[in-house]
Amino acid sequence: MCLGVPARVLELNDDQTAVVDVQGNQVKVSVVLTPEVEAGQHVLVHAGFAMEIIAAEEALKTMALLEELMEYGEMPSDEHER
Amino acid sequence: MSMNDKEYTRALLEEIRAVKQDFALMEVCGTHTMAIAKSGIRELVPPNLKLLSGPGCPVCVTAQGDIDSVIAMAGNPDITLLTFGDMLRVPGTTTSLAEERSRGADVRVVYSPLDAVQMAADNPGREMVFLGIGFETTAPTVAVSIEEARRRELSNFSVLSLHKVVPPALEVIFSDPDIRVDGLICPGHVSAVIGLEPYEILVQRYKKPCVVTGFDTLDILEGIVMLTRQLRNGEARAEIQYKRVVKKEGNLVARAVLERVFTLADARWRGLGAIPGSGLNINDEYSSYDARVKFQVPDFEDKPIKGCACGEVLTGKITPRECLLFGRACTPVQPIGPCMVSHEGACAAYYRYTPLKGRA
Amino acid sequence: MKKTDRILMAHGSGGLMSQNLIDQLFKKAMNNPYLDPMLDGAVLDLPPGRAVMSTDSFVITPLFFPGGDIGKLAVCGTVNDLVACGAEPLYLSNAFIIEEGFPLADLRKIVESMAATADRAGVKLVTGDTKVVEKGSADGLFINTSGIGVIPAGIDYRPNRLMPGDELIVTGPVGDHGLAILAQREGLRFATPAVSDCAPLHLLGRLMQEFGQDVKCMRDPTRGGLATVLNEIAGQANLGIRVIEELIPVSQIVQGACDMLGLDPLYMANEGKMVVFVKKGRGSAVLDVLRRSEEFANAAIIGEVLEQPAGMVLIETGLGAERILGILEGEHVPRIC
Repeated sequence: MCLGVPARVLELNDDQTAVVDVQGNQVKVSVVLTPEVEAGQHVLVHAGFAMEIIAAEEALKTMALLEELMEYGEMPSDEHER
Repeated sequence: MSMNDKEYTRALLEEIRAVKQDFALMEVCGTHTMAIAKSGIRELVPPNLKLLSGPGCPVCVTAQGDIDSVIAMAGNPDITLLTFGDMLRVPGTTTSLAEERSRGADVRVVYSPLDAVQMAADNPGREMVFLGIGFETTAPTVAVSIEEARRRELSNFSVLSLHKVVPPALEVIFSDPDIRVDGLICPGHVSAVIGLEPYEILVQRYKKPCVVTGFDTLDILEGIVMLTRQLRNGEARAEIQYKRVVKKEGNLVARAVLERVFTLADARWRGLGAIPGSGLNINDEYSSYDARVKFQVPDFEDKPIKGCACGEVLTGKITPRECLLFGRACTPVQPIGPCMVSHEGACAAYYRYTPLKGRA
Repeated sequence: MKKTDRILMAHGSGGLMSQNLIDQLFKKAMNNPYLDPMLDGAVLDLPPGRAVMSTDSFVITPLFFPGGDIGKLAVCGTVNDLVACGAEPLYLSNAFIIEEGFPLADLRKIVESMAATADRAGVKLVTGDTKVVEKGSADGLFINTSGIGVIPAGIDYRPNRLMPGDELIVTGPVGDHGLAILAQREGLRFATPAVSDCAPLHLLGRLMQEFGQDVKCMRDPTRGGLATVLNEIAGQANLGIRVIEELIPVSQIVQGACDMLGLDPLYMANEGKMVVFVKKGRGSAVLDVLRRSEEFANAAIIGEVLEQPAGMVLIETGLGAERILGILEGEHVPRIC
C-alpha cells in the first residue's frame, strides 16, 4: 500500500521536478506534492513523486520511548552513561 | 544516557513480551504485513498478542467484478492499458492481464502515473488508459497526473479509477461484531496524506487506540509498544509513532489535489462488501480524463472463486494459513486470489516469509 | 565483394561470404592453434584428470549492458560453470545464431569481447558455428558456449559431500547483475550506477584448489539468485542451510534500488560470484585467502549447513527470528502498490 523510500534531494529543477539520491541511485521525481522542499533535505519517494519531507533526525529521536522504557522495562539505569 | 539501536530494539521486544493480556492488533496496511513477516516480528511477539492482517492492500480489496472489467478493457484493441506491476497477475474470473498480454493485448507496466502521461504525449495516435488502483498515498499522484494531462492538453489520456480511501473500511472493521480488534497499527504513508483526524474520529466513536506507524522494524516495534501501553492503561487515543514523516494535518497539498480531481463515491470491496463514500470517482470537471466516460467499461458481477477466502483474510477473520487453499492449490506461481499475488498481499507475505515452526 | 555493414542471409550459407565473415571477424579475434586448422572439430590436448563439460545458451537482452555484453557473458557463464565443478577451464566452443540485418560493427564488438574475456580467463575458443536466420526469427543474437575443463587430483566438488557444520561463503555482494540488466531493460527512469558483476572466476578456482578436500562444493548464483541456488544445493544434499541476513553482502546501491522497486537482492542474478561450501572450521582460513585479492575483498561467511530441516534454507533476520528462505516463485517484476 505504502511502498515509499527515503531519498536525499540533490537538485531542484524548474519544472517542479527534482533529482534525488536513493543510496547511490539517482531518480527524477515530481515535487508537486512537496512544493517547499529544498536541496539537501530528505524526502519519501513513491510512484515517481516526493510525497513528504522527512524531518531531520535530531528533531525526532527514534528512541522516543526510551525514557518510559525505564519504567516498563527491566533495564537497570545505572549501567548507562549520561 | 546512551543506548544503541540493537539494545533499544531488544528493550522494545522485552516490553512487548511482558504483555500478558490477550490483545488483537490489526496491521491495516499490506506493507506492514510484509514487513512484520519479513522481520520475524510475528514470531517474536507473545502468543496472547495477535497481529491480524487488514484490508490495506489495494489490489487485494478490488472487487472481483472490477478486476474482470479491467481485463475486459485490456481486450479493446484501440486501447493501451497502463498499470502498476502488481495488477498483472491478479486472477480475474477466467483470465488475467498477464495472460491477455501474452495473447496480444497491449498492457504495459509503469512505475509512475506520470510515465503514463508521458507515454500518451509520445503516442498521440493511441488511447492510453491508466489503471488507477491505490489508496490515499497513490491517489494524489494520479490526481496530479490528470492535472498534468490537462495542462498539456492531451486528448488521448484517461484514468480508470478504482481508487479507494481507508477510513470507511476501518469503520466497517470496527463495527463488525465478528471481528475482534483492540487496536490499529495505522498505515504510515496513507496517514502522511490524510493526517491524524480520521483516526481521532474513529477513536471517539469506537474507543480503540490507533497508532500511525512507520515501516522499519524499529518503527513497528515502537508502534506495537505504544498500542499495548494504551491498552494496558485502558486508554484510547490516536497517536503518531512515525513522526518524522507524518504530520497531524497530513499533506495539505495532496489533500487539495485529491479534492480537486476526485469525489467520494460508493465502492465495492472484496471481503467488506459495498461501502458508501469509500471510492474515488473522477470529478465531472475532468470527465475527459475519465476512462469510464470515454469508453464502455463493461460491468461485471462479483463472481466468488470457489474456496478462495481472501475476503476473510483481508478482514483478519482468518490467517492465510487457515485458508484451505493456502500453499496447496494457491501459490504465488499459481494464485487463486489476489492476496497471494499482490506483493502487499497477506497470503503472499505469509508464504514468502514462513517461520520454520509455522510451516503448513 | 559487396561491402555490407549488416549480416545477410548469405553470411550463414557456408559460401564465400560465410568464409569471409569467419576469417575476418571470428578467426581474427579468436586465433589459436586449435582453431586455426579449421577442421570440423577441434583436436584437443587434455591434461590428466577427470574431464568436465558444460554448456549454456545466452539470450540476454539488451546485448550491451553496463559491465559487459553478451559475448563476455557467454564466456564467463560457461567458464564459471566449469570452475564450479572444480575444473580448470581450458577450451570453449561458441555457436552464434544471428538475425538477418544485425549490424556487423556490433557483432565485431561482441566477438572481440568474447576473445578478450577468453584470454583473461586463460581459455581458448577452439571451435564454432555461425548461423543466420531471417529477420524476426531471433532477437538480434543468441550465443551458445560449451566448455571443457579438467579437474585436478584431490578436488571433488559435490553437494553430497556436504556435512552439518560446513561453512558457507559468498565471494562478494549479490544482486548486481540482475539489477543492472533490469534497469537497462525496463528503461527505468533512474540512473543507477549498478554495473553487472559479469566476470570469469578462474582465479577463484585456483585459489580454492589450494584447499583441496576442504572445499566441498561450489555453485554460481545466476538466475534466481543466491536464495534459489542455496535451495538447489540443500535439496541435492538433503541437508539444511542456514544463512544470517546481516552477514550477506549487498551493496548500498543495489539495496537502495531494490527497496525502491520492491525487489529482493537475494533473488537477483549474479554473473561473477560463487557460493563456496567449506569444511567446518576452515571458513576463516578460506576467507582470509579470498579477501587478500581485490576481486574477492568483500567475500563473507554467511551461514552453515544443518542436519535439519533437510532440503530447506533458513534465514535468520536482524531480530534473530528464523524464517524459511524459499525458492524464487514466479516473475520478479518491479512493482508499486
